[in-house]
Amino acid sequence: MVKKGNTTVIVGGALIGLIAAVLVKLGNPANMGFCIACFYRDIAGGLGLQTADKLQYVRPEILGLIIGGSITALVGGNFHSRGGSSTALRFFLGFFMVIGALVFLGCPLRMILRLAGGDLNAIAGVLGFTSGVILAAQFFLKKGFSLGRSYRQKAVAGWVFPAMALVLLILVVAQSGWLKSNAKHAPVIVSILAGLIVGAIAQRTRICTAGSIRDSFLIKDYTLLWAVLAIFTGAVLGNLVFNAETVHIGFAGQNAAHTDGLWNFLGMFLVGICAVMLGGCPLRQTILASEGDNDAVATVFGMVFGGAAAHNFGTAASAKGVPLNGKLLVVVGIVFAIAVALAVIHENRKNA
Amino acid sequence: MPIIQIDARGLSCPEPVMKTKTACAQFTGDPIEVQVDTEVARDNCRRFAQHAGFTVTVSEGSNGEYTLGITR
Repeated sequence: MVKKGNTTVIVGGALIGLIAAVLVKLGNPANMGFCIACFYRDIAGGLGLQTADKLQYVRPEILGLIIGGSITALVGGNFHSRGGSSTALRFFLGFFMVIGALVFLGCPLRMILRLAGGDLNAIAGVLGFTSGVILAAQFFLKKGFSLGRSYRQKAVAGWVFPAMALVLLILVVAQSGWLKSNAKHAPVIVSILAGLIVGAIAQRTRICTAGSIRDSFLIKDYTLLWAVLAIFTGAVLGNLVFNAETVHIGFAGQNAAHTDGLWNFLGMFLVGICAVMLGGCPLRQTILASEGDNDAVATVFGMVFGGAAAHNFGTAASAKGVPLNGKLLVVVGIVFAIAVALAVIHENRKNA
Repeated sequence: MPIIQIDARGLSCPEPVMKTKTACAQFTGDPIEVQVDTEVARDNCRRFAQHAGFTVTVSEGSNGEYTLGITR
């Protein structure tokens, strides 16, 4: 049953789905109105950190997301400069989260949008992501996994990240030659507005795709699951209204997708594990970073680094399929995450 | 009456709620106090305990921390 308190997250989620469909109509790649992992990869390209020609653009959606999140956090009294919880580990988990996402070709948010756009390859992604989240919740969190507590930091430390987003946004608007801009995209002003609105919604509602499965499984709290279902519904309705001529249901010929079910599954399996260990999906990590959480900032930098590495070292998938390097690095990522989790659980038990 | 004290400050989601859940499951009548330092953790722990049938009071400290008093 929908509880009264869930109305806000349902309306917020539906709006996010609808906005994603509008962004596709106005120029973003199909089923990619919003994708946190793809957009960090594009930002890495826009900054010259990777050279895949069509994947270079400092996405204003992400910059708007960060600034929108900071504004609502500030207004709502949720902006707290903090950090010191296994910062370097979070960087590497962020890195592998994007390596996995770019083998599937999308973060969990785009996974929902791909499904809403009729891309049935995303079903394997949903199964992989859900398995990863449940595995990490059952065998890591329930066994005492924790990256440790964070502490309050100097206020200025929390402001550097949103300020950096603002500077980049000014450079994008000014069409600075410092930034590369070769990717397919919606008009800059629309992307900024979309980012600001989605950032505000995500900050207020605390939407998290990993949290939606994790909380349903661990504490029978379905609030975030309603939000995810609302994103899907909003995107389906938005696609019917705005993108009906381009949407088709099936496996083959989908935009920025491949049909290798096993690696769609395993890529998102890695994302699910990392997201639970980090305490949130790529979208949620970005919002936390916008609220002054410097550990989440490290995760974001890890994601940007992952986006750069995925193309510099040929691990990212394409419509042609998943390269060997991508398969190898996903396996390395899964082994890394499990090894870190077991080491942390062992140490936490020893010290208990 | 002894108080069961839970320090969930600075922990990532959903650790504060899981600690609250464990304490509630072991509830024998002694009140539980959960310390958190974000609004997310405050709201999530409160919502969980209320749904589990407990009475929850929240007091805010001067340093942006919250103490949840949980009893039945």
